[in-house]
Amino acid sequence: MSAPVLEVSGLRAYYRTSAFGTRREVRAVDDVDLRIEAGEIYGLAGESSCGKTTLIKTIANAIQPPLEVLAGSVVFNFRDQRIDMHGASREELRDIRWKRLSYIMQGSMNVLNPVRRVRHAFVDFAFRHIGRSKAEFLDIVRAHLRRLHLEPDVLDAYPHQLSGGMRQRVTIALATVCRPEFIIADEPTTALDVVVQKGVLAMIHSVQREMGSSVIFVTHDMAVHANLTDRLGIMYGGRLVEEGRTADVFRRPRHPYTAHLIASLPRLGDAAPKEGLTGAPPNLADPPPGCRFHPRCPLASDICRREVPPMTERAPGHRAACFHSDQVSPP
Amino acid sequence: MSAPLLEVDRVTRVYSSGGLLTRRRVVAVDGVDLRLDEGRPEIVTVIGESGSGKTTLARMILNMVSPSAGAIRFRGTDLSAVRGTAARLAFMRQVQPIFQNPFEAFNPMKRVDRYLFATARHMAGLAAPADIEAAADRALRDVGLSLAEVRRRYPHELSGGQLQRVAIARALVSRPALLVADEPVSMIDASLRASIVNLLRGLCVRTGVSIIYITHDLATAYSVSDRILIMRLGKVVESGPARTVLDDPQHEYSRLLKSSVLSPEVPSNGAFFHA
Ligand SMILES: Nc1ncnc2c1ncn2[C@@H]1O[C@H](COP(=O)(O)OP(=O)(O)OP(=O)(O)O)[C@@H](O)[C@H]1O
Ligand SMILES: Nc1ncnc2c1ncn2[C@@H]1O[C@H](COP(=O)(O)OP(=O)(O)OP(=O)(O)O)[C@@H](O)[C@H]1O
Ligand code: SF4
Ligand SMILES: [Mg+2]
Ligand SMILES: [Mg+2]
Repeated sequence: MSAPVLEVSGLRAYYRTSAFGTRREVRAVDDVDLRIEAGEIYGLAGESSCGKTTLIKTIANAIQPPLEVLAGSVVFNFRDQRIDMHGASREELRDIRWKRLSYIMQGSMNVLNPVRRVRHAFVDFAFRHIGRSKAEFLDIVRAHLRRLHLEPDVLDAYPHQLSGGMRQRVTIALATVCRPEFIIADEPTTALDVVVQKGVLAMIHSVQREMGSSVIFVTHDMAVHANLTDRLGIMYGGRLVEEGRTADVFRRPRHPYTAHLIASLPRLGDAAPKEGLTGAPPNLADPPPGCRFHPRCPLASDICRREVPPMTERAPGHRAACFHSDQVSPP
Repeated sequence: MSAPLLEVDRVTRVYSSGGLLTRRRVVAVDGVDLRLDEGRPEIVTVIGESGSGKTTLARMILNMVSPSAGAIRFRGTDLSAVRGTAARLAFMRQVQPIFQNPFEAFNPMKRVDRYLFATARHMAGLAAPADIEAAADRALRDVGLSLAEVRRRYPHELSGGQLQRVAIARALVSRPALLVADEPVSMIDASLRASIVNLLRGLCVRTGVSIIYITHDLATAYSVSDRILIMRLGKVVESGPARTVLDDPQHEYSRLLKSSVLSPEVPSNGAFFHA
């Protein structure tokens, strides 16, 4: 069996600040292990502020103070290159960006320069990787934009002249036009209407299947996970708490948080408002001892308040971090 | 018949960009009508195609962008007549925005309680520290928080859902008659989304504030709103009571929108896009 494209082991990344002599440590990513195979679409979901963005920033090595990696490693096995993300040089990282690894950040404005036309972003990031004449390159870009339901004249616009959803699609186009081996996307379709969203997901899916690329797709939208991803990881309070084949996670969640999340999904035509989770999300600067979900968990017992539940396999390819996983009732 | 609170009267907004873009003329909003009445608080959802003019319409109602044609009146006053600091402040007291991304709406270096205090001072016209704190606390309690919970906290010390509730609280400090919320829950997980949407419903019922709710989420639009407008290419293609419209959409685009909603269930033949 070939090595996974991405191996994340024992990853720990905290925001460490000190103000007025008090040190604060926000434990946004704690002891995360995951592996992604070639050609796989891996979904990541979890409560707001549970650490999803921090995890993928750490994977993509988009690390800025006060974020620090305290332990663990991130290794990509590209087709002909192995790269340790936290040991690589600036040049190595620059060479893989967009071509082998592209990262669509949350909040699509980040990559677009507000005072330059959209066209420049494509030329700056993608031109040298595609290796064609300028005219051929722009034809490729225009055709690619059309697949995302965008008129090619968006290339002549400044970012502020586009709607939120149009900007979001421009960044998706940037991240996919070079057909990279690995795509990391953080909430790439939240600002899109459902018709356009469907088209964009189909495009991401077909680029991915044509190229055999792997994808990490972060979103709150569980319907997108249900329809797009092969495997699904669920985070809670800075930890990965469940992971398995998407269909298995939906049909038979093994962690109480996941079970709640799936039960709370709104369905069109359902007039009864859904209930939110009671209690507050954990304070990651001072997380609860033991299982971080225990203050809100209906199944919590003494051991949950004392010990951290390890990720263990509950069914083939289906892991969960819960002492009472067998008591989680199916939805 | 009751007096109108907000009248959007055949409003159009055209953008034509200069330079190389002289050929690009966009009719962002094209002849839109909308009326909300005084004393009849309701939640009006605006949903539609990406780029169909929803944000532009919201910005015109907030008097941040002016119409190219048509007029918007709030409590009978044409917004084009709202000029000068005092008049603008009086308007902003009554019509408040909530933006899509709470992390962008707050400066990361500024404590969030300061925003509430500044709003209480400038919008609600309070001067005594005790009154300012009381107003901030009251608004926070309306959204299920309290001043004790957010005092001295920076934005990153609060979760996305808490921060969005602080943003809603800030908008409530001046006791507005109308909230304009542009995708307030897009970036929030399903569970928190449910609590925030329920909160908006509760505010409308309890405090009588009307809410214009822009979203791409048909499911929450269905459960929370009284009326719905569906937009495409700057025009309202269909409108009416939310459940009537969404149960049996008439316009071709509305039907397409409804049929494109992905179900949160794994399709039995493998994932949808794997077909
Ligand atoms: N610069 C920072 N300094 C301190 N804490 C931070 C910083 N940035 C993020 N955090 C904290 O780290 C935690 C994880 O944040 P992160 O953005 O990774 O969450 P997320 O799961 O992506 O949330 P969302 O679903 O809202 O995008 C949060 O508690 C957040 O407040
Ligand atoms: N400042 C501007 N200059 C030029 N064109 C603009 C400007 N603002 C918006 N537009 C154009 O107006 C149209 C409507 O944009 P708007 O942001 O109102 O759409 P929207 O319905 O909010 O879309 P989304 O759902 O993607 O947020 C788009 O074609 C956009 O490119
Ligand atoms: S370990 Fe205990 S507290 Fe944590 S999720 Fe499982 S049952 Fe709940
Ligand atoms: Mg995030
Ligand atoms: Mg918009």
